[in-house]
Amino acid sequence: MYRYDEFDRTLVDERVEQFRRQVQSRISGELSEDRFKPLRLMNGLYLQLHAYMLRVNVPYGCLSSDQMRKLAHVARTYDRGFGHFTTRQNIQYNWIKLEETPDLLAELATVEMNAMQSSGNCVRNITADHYAGRARDEIEDPRVWCEILRQYSILNPEFSYLPRKFKIAVTGSPHDRAAVGVHDIGLRMHHNAAGQPGFEVLVGGGQGRTPVIGKTIRDWIEPEHIVSYVEAILRIYNLYGRRDNMYKARIKILVNALGIDKYRELVEAEWAEIRDGVLKIEPAETARIDAYFQAPAYERLEDLGDELKAIGRVEPAFGAWLRSNVVDHITTGYAIVNLSLKAPGKIPGDLSADKMDRVADLADEFSLGQLRVSHRQNLVLVDVRQDDLHTLWQELDAIGLATPNIGLASDIIACPGLDYCALANARSIPIAQDIGLHFADSDKLQRVGNLTINVSGCMNACGHHHVGNIGILGVDKRGKEFFQLTLGGSSDENASLGDRVGPGLPQSEVPAAIERIVDLYLEIREDDECFLDTYRRAGMEPFRQVVYGAGDAGQEAA
Amino acid sequence: MSLVIDRTIVTDPYQRIADDETIPERGAVLVSLAAWQANAQNLRERSDPIGVLLRSDEHPEAIAEHLAELQLVALDFPTFRDGRAYSYARLLRERFGFTGELRAVGDVALEQLHYMERVGFDAFEIDSDDPLAAVATADRDFSVWYQPSGYRRPSAAQLRSGVKPPAAA
Repeated sequence: MYRYDEFDRTLVDERVEQFRRQVQSRISGELSEDRFKPLRLMNGLYLQLHAYMLRVNVPYGCLSSDQMRKLAHVARTYDRGFGHFTTRQNIQYNWIKLEETPDLLAELATVEMNAMQSSGNCVRNITADHYAGRARDEIEDPRVWCEILRQYSILNPEFSYLPRKFKIAVTGSPHDRAAVGVHDIGLRMHHNAAGQPGFEVLVGGGQGRTPVIGKTIRDWIEPEHIVSYVEAILRIYNLYGRRDNMYKARIKILVNALGIDKYRELVEAEWAEIRDGVLKIEPAETARIDAYFQAPAYERLEDLGDELKAIGRVEPAFGAWLRSNVVDHITTGYAIVNLSLKAPGKIPGDLSADKMDRVADLADEFSLGQLRVSHRQNLVLVDVRQDDLHTLWQELDAIGLATPNIGLASDIIACPGLDYCALANARSIPIAQDIGLHFADSDKLQRVGNLTINVSGCMNACGHHHVGNIGILGVDKRGKEFFQLTLGGSSDENASLGDRVGPGLPQSEVPAAIERIVDLYLEIREDDECFLDTYRRAGMEPFRQVVYGAGDAGQEAA
Repeated sequence: MSLVIDRTIVTDPYQRIADDETIPERGAVLVSLAAWQANAQNLRERSDPIGVLLRSDEHPEAIAEHLAELQLVALDFPTFRDGRAYSYARLLRERFGFTGELRAVGDVALEQLHYMERVGFDAFEIDSDDPLAAVATADRDFSVWYQPSGYRRPSAAQLRSGVKPPAAA
């Protein structure tokens, strides 16, 4: 993974000291809260319902075991002993004291971590496929471009006061695990007609209260031009994005207002001015960064796939885990292992400090010290020998991180919701816990197969409900919490937004409604059709009927 | 309100002329884009310096062809949250080749100074009890950054490839 050199280190240290000064000015009263708010946000610090929340960047989801240990230390020392992994591959701490944040950030800096631009109207953490560099279907490891874009975006003097936040996601594989279609900019690696790898550039995707799938602004661009192209997109957005209404300020609104063709025309004209300037990435710089992402020296091993399957037949629990949590590795004899942070009844994405330490040890012992955070709020060990899988499974099972549910119904994305968040209308965590318990029966889970359920506690959609195969949105109706269901959302390469089923349901009715939806799917699916395909084939009506009954209850406006 | 140029508080030589005021025959003046466009011929015939103040919704393209006639361009920050003028500044410096005084006016405070300087501003109207302390603090905050821009000091990438930073002033 990337390691800081003296320049990176100096910059992060100086940012910590700058923030220390800003915090001191706030505490002394020299800075008003109005002035301080954007400053603290640009360093990831939110004021939530009960305390400050700090969001720490995990650049494109890559973590070392030493960094994970430091995250555990921070959880123990500055928080209440746990952290929460987010849909942008970051970690959040929910019980932070303002006056302690400078010291906390100084500690993170010692392991090359920071909270720069994890919030605010600026370019946020660049996210990527959590299997980057290890996926069998990958064209190129996208992390080198992620790191180049990270450096370009951090403390960028021109783009630190954008109209609104700005999120970039990158995938190096045709199968999109990074949800690039619902980002302000999505980069998708593919080959052009001449067989050269480059990026398709999507722009104006996003969730929130106006969900939009990103549109292709450029079908293919050479990677060496990616920074100048991003700069052109950002500059047009900075100049023309709306600033009169924060709900209309994201780039998706501008792209929709102008139309993608007009937006493209502006960006291409701007890009023509800068494409061969200082932002063109020289091969030496690509090589310098790329060196950090070279594959480790793998041992020559035999493929043990058949042997493992045989063990799985004897030990069905291990077999279920192999099927859902273990993914093929680019190198023979190795495997990618997902650690589920979605044990039944647990809070999705939460991890205690003790388990973080244990996971760091397991990463050292079984995965060359490397970890990933996935945007579905799970962890990944990317370099596990197949002959270690059974031992690792036992170790993970002992700490409750071997739930065999990756990509299945109980692998639920949930935002923090009204339990923590100042914006929320409803509690998302209890709903996720209820549904998780509902699918605790592993047999049913496996029978249902791939199904994403995403829960957001308000229309800001941090829980990605628009792109869940089943989406659940918490709304406030006359002071009471209700939950609206959507069906058919997806964030992969065939991204789609979910359709609303009908009026909101009280919390107590949600698990049963989900069960009826899932049972109907099992009843009407054809062959090995997944839930999404069945929905796309059968349409809303049969599902609406099982949720609300055959009458017209489902037609009433919520 | 103090005008700071080169880390020094200076008396503003420009008289700011409101749109309903008559432009005096002599003396340096700072006028709005509308006033400059309405009076361009008269202004050109004066021998004293001219500055144009652009609001944050006025793109510098409007003056790009006439920059040789201007000694000052002032860009307004109606609120520190409005970041359009950072882009305008870079366009003025790097694309339109403006070499005169580029002044930040409006809601200008310590925390923006570093970014403003890096996009090409060299004059700052700062509302502070101690504007020089603010400038000194902003100077101290960062010694290194990633982005190459029109600013005189090298970026991290340039330092990595062996470009020497200029000696301290």
